[in-house]
Amino acid sequence: MTADGILQILFTLALLALLTPLFGGYMARVFAGERTWLSPLVGPVERGLYRLAGIDPAKEQHWTSYTLALLAFNLLGLLLLYAVLRLQGWLPLNPAGLGAVSPDLAFNTAISFTSNTNWQAYGGESTLSYFSQMVGLTVQNFVSAATGFAVAVALIRGFARRSGRTVGNFWADLVRATLYVLLPLAFVSAIFLVWQGVPQNFGAYVSANTLEGAQQILAQGPVASQIAIKQLGSNGGGFFNVNSAHPYENTTALSNLIQTLYLLLLASALVYSFGRMVKDTRQGWALWAAMSIMLVTGIGVTYWAEAQGNPAIAALGVNDTASESNSGGNMEGKEVRFGTALSSLWAVSTTAASNGSVNAMHDSFTPIGGLVPMANIMLGEVIFGGVGAGLYGMLVFVILAVFIAGLMVGRTPEYLGKKIEAKEIKLALLAVLVYPVCILGGAALTAVIPSALASVANAGPHGLSEILYAYASGTGNNGSAFAGFNANTLYHNSMIGLAMLLGRFAVIVPTLAIAGSLVTKKTLPASAGTFPTHGGLFIGLLIATIVIVGGLTFFPALALGPIAEHLSLQAGTLFGAIP
Amino acid sequence: MMNSSNATLLDGRIAAQAVGVAFRKLDPRLLFRNPVMFVTAIVALLTSLIFVRDLVQGADVLLTGQIAAWLWFTVLFANFAEAVAEGRGKAQAASLRRTRTETMARKLASIEATACESVAAASLRAGDLVLVEAGDTIPGDGEVVDGIATVNESAITGESAPVIRESGGDRSAVTGGTLVVSDRIVVRITANPGESFLDRMIALVEGAKRQKTPNEIALTILLVGMTIIFLLVTVTLQGFALYTGFLIPVVFLVALLVTLIPTTIGGLLSAIGIAGMDRLVKFNVIAKSGRAVEAAGDIDVLLLDKTGTITLGNRQAAEFLPLTGVQEHELAEAALLSSLADETPEGRSIVALARQRAGIALPADRSGMVFVAFTAQTRMSGVDLGDRRIRKGAVDRMRAWMEEQASIGPAQGRELTGLVERVARSGGTPLVVADGRRLLGVIYLKDIVKPGIRERFATLRQMGIRTVMITGDNPLTAAAIAAEAGVDDFLAEATPELKLERIRQYQAEGRLVAMCGDGSNDAPALAQADVGVAMNTGTQAAREAGNMVDLDSDPTKLIEIVMIGKQLLMSRGALTTFSIANDVAKYFAIIPALFVAAYPPLQALNIMALHSPASAILSAIIFNALVIIFLIPLALKGVRYRPAPAASLLARNLLLYGLGGLVVPFLGIKLIDLAVTALGLV
Repeated sequence: MTADGILQILFTLALLALLTPLFGGYMARVFAGERTWLSPLVGPVERGLYRLAGIDPAKEQHWTSYTLALLAFNLLGLLLLYAVLRLQGWLPLNPAGLGAVSPDLAFNTAISFTSNTNWQAYGGESTLSYFSQMVGLTVQNFVSAATGFAVAVALIRGFARRSGRTVGNFWADLVRATLYVLLPLAFVSAIFLVWQGVPQNFGAYVSANTLEGAQQILAQGPVASQIAIKQLGSNGGGFFNVNSAHPYENTTALSNLIQTLYLLLLASALVYSFGRMVKDTRQGWALWAAMSIMLVTGIGVTYWAEAQGNPAIAALGVNDTASESNSGGNMEGKEVRFGTALSSLWAVSTTAASNGSVNAMHDSFTPIGGLVPMANIMLGEVIFGGVGAGLYGMLVFVILAVFIAGLMVGRTPEYLGKKIEAKEIKLALLAVLVYPVCILGGAALTAVIPSALASVANAGPHGLSEILYAYASGTGNNGSAFAGFNANTLYHNSMIGLAMLLGRFAVIVPTLAIAGSLVTKKTLPASAGTFPTHGGLFIGLLIATIVIVGGLTFFPALALGPIAEHLSLQAGTLFGAIP
Repeated sequence: MMNSSNATLLDGRIAAQAVGVAFRKLDPRLLFRNPVMFVTAIVALLTSLIFVRDLVQGADVLLTGQIAAWLWFTVLFANFAEAVAEGRGKAQAASLRRTRTETMARKLASIEATACESVAAASLRAGDLVLVEAGDTIPGDGEVVDGIATVNESAITGESAPVIRESGGDRSAVTGGTLVVSDRIVVRITANPGESFLDRMIALVEGAKRQKTPNEIALTILLVGMTIIFLLVTVTLQGFALYTGFLIPVVFLVALLVTLIPTTIGGLLSAIGIAGMDRLVKFNVIAKSGRAVEAAGDIDVLLLDKTGTITLGNRQAAEFLPLTGVQEHELAEAALLSSLADETPEGRSIVALARQRAGIALPADRSGMVFVAFTAQTRMSGVDLGDRRIRKGAVDRMRAWMEEQASIGPAQGRELTGLVERVARSGGTPLVVADGRRLLGVIYLKDIVKPGIRERFATLRQMGIRTVMITGDNPLTAAAIAAEAGVDDFLAEATPELKLERIRQYQAEGRLVAMCGDGSNDAPALAQADVGVAMNTGTQAAREAGNMVDLDSDPTKLIEIVMIGKQLLMSRGALTTFSIANDVAKYFAIIPALFVAAYPPLQALNIMALHSPASAILSAIIFNALVIIFLIPLALKGVRYRPAPAASLLARNLLLYGLGGLVVPFLGIKLIDLAVTALGLV
């Protein structure tokens, strides 16, 4: 670890903290339907859309109609995207002449992008046309992020309103999130990225001669517009196969800073909006603090592990000591431009945030360095998390934490004045159960089905890590991968597709049901008998609940994966690749 | 008497019986009520089958046999905990039942009927009329519809002084099993056999018909959820082991599962609930449901009647305040004469004060005196002596009365107002005395705030509970007493409608309200309140409307009830936290034990340095079973509750049960490991 590295990390996080209330305050106004400084510009478009669709944004929905609207909208998006991918060969903007995407891959990719996962079982530039990327993927990048916002906002209303019946209007929330938050910010950012040298064209792929005299095809395309939203909307699906490690996708130090910041920005800001919307910013800051503490700890561990390097490689006489010309540590699978510090920062942030874009290959991290991103996903991506998804996931954990510990103050547990009762516990558990079912279930099936197991690239515990990571990433709607794992098979396309679907919607439905149940409840006034949920005690309790519940669920599997790998590596045992 | 039946925590006789009951509770139909223990029993059965199979095949069964045995112990220990709690409840119930000796009842066809029919008390149904005379035991819960009698209720309350029970009014309810000491009454039975308060309470403390309370249901759901998660963890682990190239013996997987699922809280949950009811009975409070006890823990607002709760019973006359030009002696005499027809304690205290302070003798000859008796409606009393019409009464009444006689002079009126306000502001109640057209002065009735009550309210405030004093006094008096007693708020000039309205208003604000009452007019408010405690001396209507009955008729007991409710919830929370926190240490015992053969470096996770994989697994499972036994006393006694703000309670309990739950099993498992190794059990 170098002072430089630590400074770069702290600078990025400080920037995040500064921008959080700024964006959060703005978003709170947007979701309350209040006027903002963008209203003169966007308002007419918004109203036009409502008129066109015949929607009255002021007409609020019961949680069931809210959920049905959300599911219907997402199903339509899924089918449309599937159609675009299957019909790619006949559609325009296809200079590379790419053919139809295979049914299972199209199924997987369509789910992947509607569920805000952006798991990419394909290589972007070698599989998808410009049309598929722009009309298919980028559209879903916007609306899947907006869907996440909508769910979170509905849940916040569940807490904030007293004795209500409705949780908001899905269409209005969807449109507002897109028009007031995602589109303007993505637009400005895309232009910024173009300035930083990211391509934005419909040109054919360019052929170039390398210094070694070899021929190389340089892929082109409307890259900048997709990158902006892939980062902002916690999507993560890169234009190119190697994602933000590609020099066209992530051109400069400045573009890397902005992209890292964007991994967390909107999710972090929404936590502040939460505080504003429940009329007690301390509540927002408490969740923010819990998230930040876990984030910083994770970054610290990964950076430490990566900076330590790989003892087996060091033993071969490779110099991995940090110096002026060498970032030091474990550089396998990392961009020399970013080094261990910025790669660790990105890896931990992208998995905390359910984003899944990468600027280094997680598969090549040291066992402990890779354990942290995997654990981030397994804990439910509640450390800021996906836009909206992180907050509602965190609130589900809050419900559990408050219930377990809240009983210890001798009252029926409550959060923000809403009683947490059997119904909420049942629904919260349903949401939490999705993770062990899909991650452990999916990974265990892979481990025992020989044909599924063939996708694994490495022998020994690292192979298990690859499997676990794949199913964790799918279920958690993250989308990053231990890329040695060959996911593009009929089996894994189908199973990971299913995991993504459940990981998204089997969590969203109970969450909205919680919102529907909470919104009808009275708000109990706080008193000395109420357990305060804004202090250090609560923050510690929340972190402990997340770590213990998550840890208890995944520790045995992790012990056979990264932990066994780490201890073996320290003991000098290597496992090698599968021949 | 129930107070004498305070069984010690683990009475030998109860424990011995509980052992037998623990085995009987292995009945799958009973076990199914407790999902965590049901799962444990199933895997215990599975392990036993494996044990038998291995035994037949002649394999080494030492470890399997021990694991199977400890799994059964886990289930039995949980059953034992429940059985002990029930046993203690049954002991309570027995003493309750003793009050319901088999008696014969004299059933009447109607109130007017003279002929009665002798029937068994147990056969009486609601609506039946029975005649009870001096020396008889009242055959069932009911309401006096005719007559007046003194009743000895010591069988229920432990209070030996007989009480008056009469038809109409607020003292009409009688309880089955109590003894009529004098006179005769006709009682209308209000409970069918098996439905009386006692029957309900007996069912509750015995745990037989125990309904799970809302909070308990929520907690059970959480425990089921965690059990499902750990089932998934265990089952999938075999898949990962297969990938790694080995198979985990099923017995080890079973051990892992049972140590991870929340057996500690799962095993003690119903014991905690039963013990909570039991504690309530010890306080001589009968609850109609566990739900009400739990709700008591959530109370935000306590409505308390001033009289008897905040102030000592009745107001006492303390001073005579004559108007200008009136002698104190003259005022005292008029006060005495006008109060002769006031049989209320206040009236009697006026007579007493006049005799002591002013040395006025009681009139020997009362002929020619026409008394006007005090009633709650007129709120005044007096006497007519020929032309003299002496009256005393509440200020507004007396003003109205005076207006009828003649107008009050402006100077007098001002002076009277001044005196009245002076009395009211100091927390007293002013009564006005007049002799015909002549206004004499004011009697100062003093309210005496109970010693120590201020501290109790301060405690409640710390717990986050608002206290509201309800009184019929005027706002000035009420404010003065409220300030002296230290309540947070008061409701002055309260009528039953106002009380009800105030409760609804608090509930609309989202608060939970508790109140106690005794009169028929309290019934609507008792029913509306989230926790309504009826006084046993009250009317049957009040007892039906409330969800608890205080046998001692002590309104301040609400405070204890709230504490019992809180303790109940805290005990559940504390043991749940402890149970979950325990899992961390169990992982560090079992995970290295399972995997060290496949990956020897995983030995590094064996931070307790347990002797061998077999000893580690056995120790974890033994610890898991024993901890249930060790925590039975805590479950029965309840977690210690000291009134304090929620934040400090949480900090304390998190430290004790959260951090304690993390640390204790590391020590426990290590010690057990040393023991099983030394004993050569593995």
